[in-house]
Amino acid sequence: MTTFSIDQVEETEQQSRHLEGGLRNWLAIRTPQLAVAPSLAIVAVAVYGFMLWTGYISVSKSTILPNYEWAGLQQYQRLWSNPIWFIAVSNIFVFGGLFISLSIIIGLGMAILLDQRIRIEGVLRTIYLYPMALSFIVTGTAWKWILNPGLGIEHLVRVWGWDSFRFDWLVNPQFAVYTLVIAGVWQSSGFVMALFLAGLRGVDGEMVKAARLDGAGPIQIYRRIILPLLMPTFLTAGVILTHQAVKSFDLVVALTAGGPANSTQLPATFMYAQTFGRDQMGVGAASAVMIFMTVVAIIVPYLYTDIRRMQHEGR
Amino acid sequence: MRDDEIVLARGAGHLAARAFIYVALIFIAGVYLFPLVVVLLTSFKDLDDVRGGSILSLPIRPTIAPWLEAWNNACVGLRCTGLSGFFVNSLAMAVPSVVVSTLIGSINGYALTQWRFRGADAVFALLLFGAFIPYQIVLIPMARTLGVLGVANTIPGLILVHVVYGIPFTTLFFRNFLISLPVELVNAARVDGAGFFRIFWRILVPISIPCFVVSVIWQFTNIWNDYIFGATFTSGDGMPLTIALNNVVNTSTGVKPYNVHMASVIITALPTLLVYIVAGRYFLRGLMAGSVKG
Repeated sequence: MTTFSIDQVEETEQQSRHLEGGLRNWLAIRTPQLAVAPSLAIVAVAVYGFMLWTGYISVSKSTILPNYEWAGLQQYQRLWSNPIWFIAVSNIFVFGGLFISLSIIIGLGMAILLDQRIRIEGVLRTIYLYPMALSFIVTGTAWKWILNPGLGIEHLVRVWGWDSFRFDWLVNPQFAVYTLVIAGVWQSSGFVMALFLAGLRGVDGEMVKAARLDGAGPIQIYRRIILPLLMPTFLTAGVILTHQAVKSFDLVVALTAGGPANSTQLPATFMYAQTFGRDQMGVGAASAVMIFMTVVAIIVPYLYTDIRRMQHEGR
Repeated sequence: MRDDEIVLARGAGHLAARAFIYVALIFIAGVYLFPLVVVLLTSFKDLDDVRGGSILSLPIRPTIAPWLEAWNNACVGLRCTGLSGFFVNSLAMAVPSVVVSTLIGSINGYALTQWRFRGADAVFALLLFGAFIPYQIVLIPMARTLGVLGVANTIPGLILVHVVYGIPFTTLFFRNFLISLPVELVNAARVDGAGFFRIFWRILVPISIPCFVVSVIWQFTNIWNDYIFGATFTSGDGMPLTIALNNVVNTSTGVKPYNVHMASVIITALPTLLVYIVAGRYFLRGLMAGSVKG
């Protein structure tokens, strides 16, 4: 029965090869390639092509409209002599450093606590993760209200009896950048928790048992055995959070709009303001290239090792 | 599953330590819920109540007026027509974008894994990179391109943008989902004479339902929550909801109606929150896959 049907298939294939000839056959063989071709073409244009286009604008004389006259590194000189760009770059280190380290510390702490056979783990996990479903515009607007100096937390603590309590970070140029950290960590630490929880669940129980039999206490077990095993998770979390920090845009727009007095500008908001607000397309493109380079420097090595690893494990 | 007693051996401290863990976890949950509670409470107060009470005080005269105001009359710029139109914009933008990008991603993932042709891995790597670029690098050319195509400041224009930059993500989901599916299944169907798309509809689509759910949820959340594309490529009546929300909050003159702002916040957040509550498991899966863990 089986042999018969295979014979039949071969027969029909031969027939069709004879009858319809080359084109039809070629199409049939190439369908998978043809199916991905449109996506590849779209990405070739809208990712790689646009990258080069922006790169070209960054070395042109473009201001309000594109002007493809060669300008060398002029736009980059203007970029790096712009004091707001300096604020943005130093802010990304302050914001990024705190955002990444606090998200990891808090996320890891939550994961360790949740990994102790907690009865209501499902409910708690749902609560810790819901901010990830929200837009940064929503998060920023909500926190802007909570941090409102007159009516928000400051007022709440005063009502509770601490009359001289002051919490005006949102309108204080020195501290406003830390409000971005608060809202950012609130939004992202639940996700980091989920990453670490998955990592913790993958730890080999036998090793932990053996260590306990040797008399190691819980803190020692975490420090000496479990955390070193979680190194890949630390790396993943670090890369994702760095990537998020460098791209941060919406949160700033909603929470501080870059103010007060430009004290919370980040590279992404700088790029947007220069390009679409101040008609400095060349400078905007130059800053976009700087952001892009930073992301590439972080992401490409990570993706490369990840794909290599998947190829090793997969198939 | 491993033993539970990593932190706690049995003994004297056991109970106290467990109590401490529960208290800490519930306290943290309180911190996470705090903004939601504040926003909800504020959205049901009248303005006197907002100014008179604290952010955690219960509404003295609970009212849904701020919600109606946000939906019908809130001012976005100079036009006070409420958020309803922008909510519709966001839906009109998100639904087609989600459907088209997911469909394209599923076909890509199927072609890349089940019909392993030469260069499939290279194609995947090239597509994948698109998921990680900072969008700043494409904003200016995309703005020009949409203008040339005649779809600047339109919903179809936004759909195009979201489909284009969604393809890397959806392809990633389906590729990583289908890579573990043995090729024998598809090969058998090919021997029986079934073609590429026939096999896709008959075999791959039913198998990939969980992946479709993940992809749809991920794409919907991302597209609904997008700000940068909407803000760059639209203005006026064509704006999606997130941009309108930001404008509502920033265009109030005189006394700021914080209660209306907070109702607007919930209205904007509601669709993705609902999706999360209904399908949280798949949401998390997408989150993990989006972090390039196959």
